[in-house]
Amino acid sequence: MELISCVNLSVGYEGRRLVSGISFRVCEGDYLCILGPNGAGKTTLMKTILGLLPPVAGLVSYGDGFSARQIGYLPQQSLVQRDFPASVREIVLSGCTGRMGFRIFYGKEEKKRADSAMNALGIASLKDRCYRELSGGQQQRVLIARALCATEKVILLDEPAAGLDPQATDELYKTLAALNREQGTAIIMISHDIGAAKRYASHVLYVGDNPFFGSAAEYAALESLSAGPGLQTAGSASSAHKGVKRNA
Amino acid sequence: MRDILALLADFFSYPFVIYALICETLVSLCASLLGTTLVLKRFSFIGDGLSHVAFGALAIATVLKVTSSLPVVLPITAVCAILLLRLGQNTKVKGDAAIAMISVTALAFGYLLLNKFPATNNIAGDVCSALFGSTLIITLSPADVIISLVMCAVTVAFFVVFYNRIFAVTFDENFAAATGTNVKLINTAMAVIIAVVIVLAMNLVGSLLISALVVFPALSAMRVCKSFRGVTLCSAGIAVSTSVFGILLSIVIDTPVGATIVGVQALVFAVFFVIGKLAKR
Repeated sequence: MELISCVNLSVGYEGRRLVSGISFRVCEGDYLCILGPNGAGKTTLMKTILGLLPPVAGLVSYGDGFSARQIGYLPQQSLVQRDFPASVREIVLSGCTGRMGFRIFYGKEEKKRADSAMNALGIASLKDRCYRELSGGQQQRVLIARALCATEKVILLDEPAAGLDPQATDELYKTLAALNREQGTAIIMISHDIGAAKRYASHVLYVGDNPFFGSAAEYAALESLSAGPGLQTAGSASSAHKGVKRNA
Repeated sequence: MRDILALLADFFSYPFVIYALICETLVSLCASLLGTTLVLKRFSFIGDGLSHVAFGALAIATVLKVTSSLPVVLPITAVCAILLLRLGQNTKVKGDAAIAMISVTALAFGYLLLNKFPATNNIAGDVCSALFGSTLIITLSPADVIISLVMCAVTVAFFVVFYNRIFAVTFDENFAAATGTNVKLINTAMAVIIAVVIVLAMNLVGSLLISALVVFPALSAMRVCKSFRGVTLCSAGIAVSTSVFGILLSIVIDTPVGATIVGVQALVFAVFFVIGKLAKR
């Protein structure tokens, strides 16, 4: 089932256009990697998909019975969070606030959701620990568990590996791949890590001067042909794009 | 010791002393509840800026010779609170600069007004008590007491009802907004309530010392507590006990109420700081 589709989308803020001509779609169980240079507008694109920013032009649409609010979001970590006095359980539970409607307190259902999300990420034993005392990798797991509380359909991650050591990064990717495989959670991830994109992703979206969207295999083929979008001169990339798009 | 008890008994035979004790304790409780969020969001200075705005507004009320200053001071402060929180969201530097700008302007304007149109003969005394609070136990009219009680009840109720959402917004505004929490509503409501608490607290400690009531309990609690709930409960406890103790102490050793409470809170912070350091080892 199709969850999110964007047609000829331009994103930016305060009327300023950062990037245009983005078209892609995300279906249930997909694993989409968004690649592109710094400042290309990847985070802005994410905020547009989440409905936090209006699109400058073009269209974002959501599948039947699916809305932007059902996207679990993992923002880039802010300074505020790093020394926040909160227990792991409190943070994971806070993922449920959006689904509470007019209720004031968390009910049994929310607590069950939080428990199962913590189990899925292997952090159940940390639930009474203080967030600021955890390692970077553990903190990311907590935030993923929180995102799972908001939804099990799609999780959007903004450079989740930033600031993690190689081992923690590797574990994070494996966790995400397992979520994707076992629970069918669609994953959309902004990343700088082209290697991981090729290894784990089913689809790749390149945001930049010559936007590209296609399967990870197509992206890899394109990359071997012409060093891939973003790694070479604009001319060769655009000709390579056309070839891929015709095939797709 | 018996002398001290006799002195306190003497003071508490007057109803206005009891009123003051109740109001001051409740206001300081409210300030501490909001303080946790403000400190965590790096908005500690908003309390300070707003208290200066409240001072300016109080000067206007004094010059206009209105019987109760609340209807003048409260709306002005609330509007400034909303403006400051909005500016603070865009970029950090802008928000900081805006607070500095608005607070000094309000201070200067207030002092200027009080000097140009003196309401009493004792300008220095008026300014001093507006800035640092009354020298001894404040006298509150029954109307003031009722207003304070209602405002405190509203603040505590708001905090309890929105506790989970306040946590979500404080920890991660973007995530909360993306999953459907009405972040704008919560932030605006917080701004209005901060303004209310600051205006109420002005009687107690004066506008220069209000920040202490907002910041100290939360900062002290954050040294030792590991959960948001723990920090909230602990800072509420610190706020209530320090203000009761501070008021009693100010009666016994005959010192200004506000300064005494703040002094006690600073000491408590020092103690918690040491405990936190020791616990980490």
